[in-house]
Amino acid sequence: MSEPSHPQPAGLFARIATMPNNSVGKMILVTIILSLVCSVLVASAAVLLKPMQQRNVELARKARILEVAGLMEPGRSIEESFQDVEARLVDLDSGQFSDAFDPDTYNQQIAARDPALSTAVPPWEDIAGIQRRPRYAPVYLVESDGRIEQVILPVHGYGLWSTMYGFLALSGDTQEVLGLIFYQHAETPGLGGEIENPRWLARWEGKKVYGPDGEVRLQVIRGSVDAGSESADWSVDGISGATLTVMGVSNMVKFWLGEQGFGPFLAKLREGGA
Amino acid sequence: MNRYSKLLLEPVVDRNPITLQVLGVCSALAVTTQMIPALIMGLAVIFVIGSSGAAISAIRNHMPGNIRIIIQMTIIASLVILVDQFLKAFAYDISRQLSVFVGLIITNCIVMGRAEAFASSNPVGPSIVDGIGHGLGYGAILLAVAFFRELFGSGKLFGIEILPLVTEGGWYIPNGLMLLAPSAFFIIGLMIWGIRAWKPAQVEKTEYQIHVVHRTEAL
Repeated sequence: MSEPSHPQPAGLFARIATMPNNSVGKMILVTIILSLVCSVLVASAAVLLKPMQQRNVELARKARILEVAGLMEPGRSIEESFQDVEARLVDLDSGQFSDAFDPDTYNQQIAARDPALSTAVPPWEDIAGIQRRPRYAPVYLVESDGRIEQVILPVHGYGLWSTMYGFLALSGDTQEVLGLIFYQHAETPGLGGEIENPRWLARWEGKKVYGPDGEVRLQVIRGSVDAGSESADWSVDGISGATLTVMGVSNMVKFWLGEQGFGPFLAKLREGGA
Repeated sequence: MNRYSKLLLEPVVDRNPITLQVLGVCSALAVTTQMIPALIMGLAVIFVIGSSGAAISAIRNHMPGNIRIIIQMTIIASLVILVDQFLKAFAYDISRQLSVFVGLIITNCIVMGRAEAFASSNPVGPSIVDGIGHGLGYGAILLAVAFFRELFGSGKLFGIEILPLVTEGGWYIPNGLMLLAPSAFFIIGLMIWGIRAWKPAQVEKTEYQIHVVHRTEAL
């Protein structure tokens, strides 16, 4: 009679469990099992939550557009209010509307990095510090009775530490600023971060864009605007402690309203249709 | 005090990860300008330490010693990505404020420290409680720092105005330093001083001793 053989554990897991912990086989097996479990967990969370995350990003963008247009109404959902806004895509070179992409899904930040969809801005013209400018940009129009009431332009430029992203709302005749808002930046909170302060942003409202010769004259100055001065209509108060950031804002606005930015489009709009 | 409540409460003051062990300080500087992000960050860290403690403790008997750090890292990183994804889906504004610092929980020394020092050699139950306790200790300091920074830096608590600011038509001139990272350093430093004055047992022994050397001795 032979001795009873050592009982062989049944099943894969039981066999792994009885392996010595520091054997090469166990190390590889534990690593594989762990990686599988973790990747399934991470991947399923990412996939399942993606629709909600995208909706959040989209809603945040729409909320900002409505805010700058002054169309946020309490008791009305963002989606509902956004039906008053028409999104169009503009070819910045020609200044004409374009149908190259769907303006709702077009991502300007990604396009700005794509050599096929953007052009390098020569350094001497790149006052906003953006380096590359996308060929197409979305614009948002608020119309009533077939007349354009507001034109909302996405703008971005470099402040002190970071690229600041925002929206600039102009009146339908493009002569007057109706609002400015920022939705992404990494300026110092409390100093440069004050560009988000609604009280400062409110100072942009009603400012004129173009000087008598048609040049972009709108700018941020140091200190406060002297109401009696000749340039008061075009000047916005600076923020103390945030001079470099607001100079960035000033240059950003100048750039995007100028020839390199939405200038051609705005000119076409003034002539009566792009 | 029974074992579990000791595990849970000891890290809050007596063995606080930030003030005694001086771990996890970098994120404490970054996310404490306001109370709400500090609170969410605290909750995220509680969840990550608690559940990584559970996972690591559950497989502790099958953990190959040579690669245990990598295994712990993988578990912690997966949990942090989960938290980040959930925040992006359900608390988008806060996730934008916390930005990269949720991801950086992975490198928070407190999480790794508990995995290595406790979870890898204790059963699941105590590991969870220990993790939650250390998360609480971290969160408590975060909230205390954020309290001073938000109150004196922007006159608010949880976004509600307490001291009306001059810029909003009130009387309080905010202290700009409170909004910058160094202020958190100062506050944490003062807290460590305060806690060690209150509980002298936490004072570390000096690593050297100064004593007078006589000339004859030196020769």
